[in-house]
Amino acid sequence: MAKKTGDNGIVLTEAQKRARRSRSIAIAVALAALVILFYVITLVKGPGVLVRPI
Amino acid sequence: MSLVSEGADFSVTSGSVYAEPGLAEPSLATVGDYIALLKPRVMSLVVFTALTGLAVAPSHIHPLIGFTAILCIAVGAGAAGALNMWYDADIDALMTRTARRPVPMGRIQPGEALAFGVTLAAFSVMTLGLLVNWLAAVLLAFTVFFYAVIYTAWLKRWTAQNIVIGGAAGALPPVIGWAAATGSVSLEPLLLFLLIFIWTPPHFWALALYKSDDYERAGVPMLPVVAGEVEARKQILLYTLLLAPLGVAPWLLGYAGALYGATAIVTGAIMLALAWQVYRERSPEERAGKRLFAFSILYLFLLFAVLLIERGWGGLLIRWAV
Repeated sequence: MAKKTGDNGIVLTEAQKRARRSRSIAIAVALAALVILFYVITLVKGPGVLVRPI
Repeated sequence: MSLVSEGADFSVTSGSVYAEPGLAEPSLATVGDYIALLKPRVMSLVVFTALTGLAVAPSHIHPLIGFTAILCIAVGAGAAGALNMWYDADIDALMTRTARRPVPMGRIQPGEALAFGVTLAAFSVMTLGLLVNWLAAVLLAFTVFFYAVIYTAWLKRWTAQNIVIGGAAGALPPVIGWAAATGSVSLEPLLLFLLIFIWTPPHFWALALYKSDDYERAGVPMLPVVAGEVEARKQILLYTLLLAPLGVAPWLLGYAGALYGATAIVTGAIMLALAWQVYRERSPEERAGKRLFAFSILYLFLLFAVLLIERGWGGLLIRWAV
């Protein structure tokens, strides 16, 4: 259980820190993968990236 | 609106400073909890049927664009699952099959599940539209909307036909896959849609037969609960009588080869035999229901797998195999 202490604000427990760290890493990995995906697809599609048929 | 989403206290805050209004307990949710929100088992079937739709389509699609399409469909399906778990947290907590899901367990707060689902839904639809095509994106958006709003928020708690109509959401992935590859929709993907659509009722009613206590406790009007087990058994048999010939139809219409035809005939006959056993069974243990439920998954998997092998990427797999 996290605690609220005087000047230090909210102090996370070790379990909460571990959970937050694992979520942060997952978000970073997902964002990096998306950046790479968009970049490579832009290369693959070339000028066709601007063509959007419905 | 689900009871949980209206702010039920999961008691994790009791005794801490976060019990004060406006303070939320820092989350203990792990990455695994968020993955569980995506319903990975359902997602695997969605990915497989969408891949089949994409691979049997006559158009060539760049492998990376195809991968992106499948990724977006998978994430969209996961988003629909997360929204379902957000809305249904109250009834999930009452059923043995779903009680250990992250929201009823209190590992993920309802608002977090909602935000996660909405974000993934928007992102998957926009990415599919921008990187693949907008017809596929519109179909994906409709699928997520249909599952999260029409099925989950409306039909599921209202009518015994919930999974019949709601089955449309689960049946759309091969159509989205086809649309991603071709930019259009034709009779062949609609046949695959119809196959999953008709497969859904006997599949879920077989489960509902031996989980009817769960559904009754949660107040979900599944057919065995509302109309009785005898009627449910009859409906299972009737839908399977429709399903078996429909499974053979892609071969009869020339969309699939002899291997698919033989597989569809044999597995369709087994489905019929199991549905007949369900119809005749009066045992409270519901052995026949469990067998039909398990085999129905294998049935759908086999039909799509054979179609993928025979027709996928212009028959590439079968040429490679022989």
